[in-house]
Amino acid sequence: MTPSVNQQTTLKRSLLLTLTWLVFSVIFLAPLSVILIEGLSKGLEFFWQTCANPSAVSALKLTLLATVLSVILNIIFGVMAAWCVTKYDFVGKKLLITLIDLPFSISPIIVGLIYTLLYGSQSILYPFLMKYNLQVIYAVPGIVLATIFVTFPFVARSLISLMQEQGNAEEEAARLLGANGWQIFWHVTFPNIRWALLHGIVMCTARAMGEFGAVSIISGHIEGLTNTLPLQIEILYNEYNATAAFSISLILLFMSMIILLIRQWCERKITNAHSETGQ
Amino acid sequence: MTLYKSSAWKILAIFCVLSTCLLQAGHAKNITLLNVSYDPTRAFYHAYNQAFEKYWKAKTGDNVTIYESHGGSGKQARAVIDGMQADVVTLALSGDIDAINKYKPLIDPNWQSRLPYHSCPYYSTIVFVVRKGNPKHIHDWDDLIKPGVQIITPNPKTSGVARWNFLAAWAYALEKYGSEAKAYEFVKQFFQHAPILDSGARSSSLSFIQRGLGDVLISWENEAYMALNESKSGEYEIITPSISILAEPPVAVVDSVVDRRRTRTVAEAYLNYLYSNEGQTLAAEYYYRPSNPEIAEKFKNTFPSLKLIPIDKVFKGWKQINNKFFKDNKIFDQIMSEINH
Repeated sequence: MTPSVNQQTTLKRSLLLTLTWLVFSVIFLAPLSVILIEGLSKGLEFFWQTCANPSAVSALKLTLLATVLSVILNIIFGVMAAWCVTKYDFVGKKLLITLIDLPFSISPIIVGLIYTLLYGSQSILYPFLMKYNLQVIYAVPGIVLATIFVTFPFVARSLISLMQEQGNAEEEAARLLGANGWQIFWHVTFPNIRWALLHGIVMCTARAMGEFGAVSIISGHIEGLTNTLPLQIEILYNEYNATAAFSISLILLFMSMIILLIRQWCERKITNAHSETGQ
Repeated sequence: MTLYKSSAWKILAIFCVLSTCLLQAGHAKNITLLNVSYDPTRAFYHAYNQAFEKYWKAKTGDNVTIYESHGGSGKQARAVIDGMQADVVTLALSGDIDAINKYKPLIDPNWQSRLPYHSCPYYSTIVFVVRKGNPKHIHDWDDLIKPGVQIITPNPKTSGVARWNFLAAWAYALEKYGSEAKAYEFVKQFFQHAPILDSGARSSSLSFIQRGLGDVLISWENEAYMALNESKSGEYEIITPSISILAEPPVAVVDSVVDRRRTRTVAEAYLNYLYSNEGQTLAAEYYYRPSNPEIAEKFKNTFPSLKLIPIDKVFKGWKQINNKFFKDNKIFDQIMSEINH
C-alpha cells in the first residue's frame, strides 16, 4: 500500500513540477532569452556602440539619478510614515495606512496627468514656477516626482508590517531608561528594522528603474535631457531599431538581476533575524 | 500627520530648486534650443541640428545645443500647451500649431505668414511601394482596384497616415471622375482590395515587408524611401501616381517661450536655416520634398513630379474631414459596412 501511495505522489510531483517549469519557460525564460539573443544579435561591437551612444548614456544617468533620489526620499518618508503609524495613535490613522497604498492601485497614466495638471500651464502654480524658472514637468524634477509617487508604498509597507508585529515594548523600555527620541530610533528601532528597510529599498529601486507609464507622460521625450532607459528603449524600437532597443533592455535586465540578488540576500537576513528573535 | 506632510513639502521644494540650479549651472555659457517635432522627422532633424550647430558656431562663435522631442503630432501640441518649453515647433499639420493657442496665445496667430512658403520648408505626399519588378503592373490609382491586387493600408479609424491614404484615393477619384458618388464608389473598391487594416502605419509596413502580405503598400513618400533604404536593394520599388495629396508640415517659433528664454534670435535663425540651400538639400536627402524649386530641381530623379492636391482646397480642413468621413457612421463606416454585407 505504501509504495503505491509513494508512486502516486511521485507522479503528481513530477507532473506538477513539469507543468510549473513549462509555464515558467513560456512566460519568463523564452522572453528573457529573446532579449539576450536579440540584444547581442549584431555582435558585441554593436552592443557597446549602442550603450555608449550619448542619448543612451544620458538616459542611463537620468534613470540612476531618478532612482537614487526617489530611494533616498522614500527612505525618509517611508520611515517617518511607518513610525507615525506604528508608534502613535491619532485620528485618521487607518486613512493614512490606506493612502500609503494608493500608488499601488492608481494607474500610472493618472499619476502623469495629475502632475501635468498640478505643475503644467493650466495650474495656478504655473506663473509662480515660471517666475523662478522652475520647470517641473517635461524636466528632471517631474520625472523624479512621478517616480517617487509610484514607488512610495514600498519602503513604508515593508516597515509597517514588521514594526506592527514587533510592537512598542522595546521602545518603551528604552524611554523608561532615559533614552531620547534619536537614541531610541538608532539603538532600538533601527537594528530591528534594517533588513526590512533594505528589502523595501530594493523593491523601490527595482520599480523606480523600470517605471514607464507615469514618467512617459511627464517626460516630454527630450533626447539627452528627459529620456529614461525605458523611454529610450521604446523610442529605439519605434525607430525600427529593434536590436538597439534590446541592447538597452539588456542593461536594464542586468540591473534588475543585481537588484534581485540583493533582495534574495535581504530576505535570508530577515528570516535569520526572525528565527533569532524567536529563540 | 501634519508634521510629516509639511516636511515632505519642504524637502520637495528644496529639491526642486536644487535640481533646477544644477541643470542650469552646467549650460551657463551655452545656448540651448528645444525643437518639438513629430515622429517621422527624427532622422532628418538629427542631421539638421548638427549642421545648424556648426553653422551657428561659425557665424557667431556661440555654442548652441539643440534638443529634440518627437511624438505623435497632436500629442506634441498638447505637451506645448501644457508647458513644454519648446522654442520651435515643427509639426505635421498647421492645425496642430494653431491648436497650441487653444487656451492662451503662445504663438502669434499670423505665424504662418512669417516664413516663406507659408512656413512649410518641405512637403511630402502619399505614394505606392510595390515588390521587385512590379509584377502586378501598378502605375496609378486605377491599377490598385484591378482584380487580384491586394492593398496594404492601415485603418483610418486609428491611424493618421491611413486618413491621408483615404483622402488621397478620394481626391484622385474626385479629380478624375468628377463626382462625390464616383469617388465613394472608387474608395469602396479600394477598401474591397484591402484584406487587412492594421492599427498603425508601422504595423502596415511590417505586414508588407516582414510578413510579405499584399501587392502594394500605401505610404508617405519619405517613409517609403526610408523603408527602401533599410531593405536589400531592388527588393521594392516606389511608384509615384499621377495625382496625390499634398502634405505640408509647418514650422513656427513659439513666441511666449523664446521671449521668456531670450532665445528669439537663434530660434528664428534655426528655422530660417531650413530654407537655406544647405537646409533644403538636407531635407531632400532625408526624402522630404524641398519647397525651394531650385533645390527640388536637383532632386527631380528622387521626386518625380505629380499633381498634388492641397488638403484644404478639396476638403476644407481637418475638422470638416473628420466630421464627414471618419466619425462613427460617417462615410468610412458606411463603406466598411457595405463591404462586409
